[in-house]
Amino acid sequence: MANEPAHDTGAHEPLPAWSLPSEAADRLPLGIEWPERVTREWAWGGSTGKGVRVCILDSGVEPGHPLVGELDGAVAVRRGDDDEPIVEEDTEGDLCGHGTGCAGIVRSLAPECSLYSVRVLGAGFKGSGFVLLAGLRWAVEQGFDVINMSLSTTKQQIAGFLHELADSAYFRRTMLVASAHNMPVESYPWRFSSVISVGSHDKDDPLTFFYNPSPPVEFFARGVGVEIAWLGGSKILSTGNSFATPHISGICALIRAKHPELTPFQLKNVLYLTATNAGGTA
Amino acid sequence: MSDDRLRAAVAAGALGAEESYRDLLQSIVEVARAIFGARASSIFLHDERTDELVFEAVAGEGAEELLGRRFPSSTGIAGWVLVTRQPLVVEELADDPRFAREAAESTGFVPKGLMAVPLLHEERALGVLEVLDRPQQAAFSLQEMALLGLFANEAAIALDLLQRARDVRNVLEDEGGEAAAVAGFVAKLSEASPERREAVLRLLAVIEELLPSPGSLDESF
Repeated sequence: MANEPAHDTGAHEPLPAWSLPSEAADRLPLGIEWPERVTREWAWGGSTGKGVRVCILDSGVEPGHPLVGELDGAVAVRRGDDDEPIVEEDTEGDLCGHGTGCAGIVRSLAPECSLYSVRVLGAGFKGSGFVLLAGLRWAVEQGFDVINMSLSTTKQQIAGFLHELADSAYFRRTMLVASAHNMPVESYPWRFSSVISVGSHDKDDPLTFFYNPSPPVEFFARGVGVEIAWLGGSKILSTGNSFATPHISGICALIRAKHPELTPFQLKNVLYLTATNAGGTA
Repeated sequence: MSDDRLRAAVAAGALGAEESYRDLLQSIVEVARAIFGARASSIFLHDERTDELVFEAVAGEGAEELLGRRFPSSTGIAGWVLVTRQPLVVEELADDPRFAREAAESTGFVPKGLMAVPLLHEERALGVLEVLDRPQQAAFSLQEMALLGLFANEAAIALDLLQRARDVRNVLEDEGGEAAAVAGFVAKLSEASPERREAVLRLLAVIEELLPSPGSLDESF
């Protein structure tokens, strides 16, 4: 099941999480042979994203869109009459077009990944905080490999809960990829260090991405004049960090498919070492 | 000064301010439209009571008939931008029949493209600024996105001031309503003995705890 660790660490008995007796040090295999030089070929060469489960937490995804293909699952989240979160099969698809655009970008980079839609938008502005948290909690519990969040909140109270969920995802090997804000406001979850935050560059290449040594924005990916999937099987040109984010989600899917044992910490390292400004070429 | 005269003086100030802030919003959309060379520009205010977006200022095409028009906050690109706090630029929109229909209903014409940016003030999302149909001979640039952000900051401050002025007016016009009830309560409290006043204030503190806080999950994210 997806909630279990993706990789057998080789330890027969679980080690305590908070200390390491010296004689147990050899029971901490990394489970991965790092090459002398991490190249893009090593990181994702030959990968199609097959076997990796990517979740689009957004306005829904139009099923069967030519640029998206089939979804492996779609749910909608709403608030029940007794204030309990209800997660049910989504029969409405995309209410805005945005989620479909994000899904199409991930698909274009990782054609064989499994795509899931969790719709947390469209039920109104009021109460949307509750639905967002319930949707993210559900997605983290499902153990998706990558969760794309092209959205943010400015509410401090929501931010506290989001922070806990982002850390929980990080420890469970779920990589949260979130859009940075390009306005001078405090917003979340992209400012948390347990997620990958993404801003836009204006180059045309979908595999060109830059590491930013001056956080909180960690990476810049293609986000200007991007052709994206839109409602009714159509395509439009769009600009925004919202569409830079699924580029990094797609690249994460490629890397995770080839190296499923990577933790989010290690995955961030691979992204850094393969970033365009860190000499990342084929 | 009598209560009535004070009320009249504050009302005059609040109403005058409201007018000025509306003019400021109108000026912002006019400037945004001119700078981007766009066909139209609008500012939507989010009406928290009805959970709707309302046309608060419009420059260019459709300006006359659109002011005051409302639509649900959760639909379309403006709704998405409001809820997610993320700016969005889309072009070649006219090819989408669903969008074309919705746009024609809400703006009076079908734009080829639009830029939408949330109006954020402190923790709150107050509304959305849209710029419709900038000239498309040049590709959209990151500089334009930054410029849009600057307009959004200005519009958010103006919208916040407008809302405050309206809140003042609502309180002043609220004869016999919540504000009048609170005022009557305060008058009675001031006549009570110190011990009784202290007891009532303790009780009020408990009642305050029971009321939802401003950052409650009942609200938006």
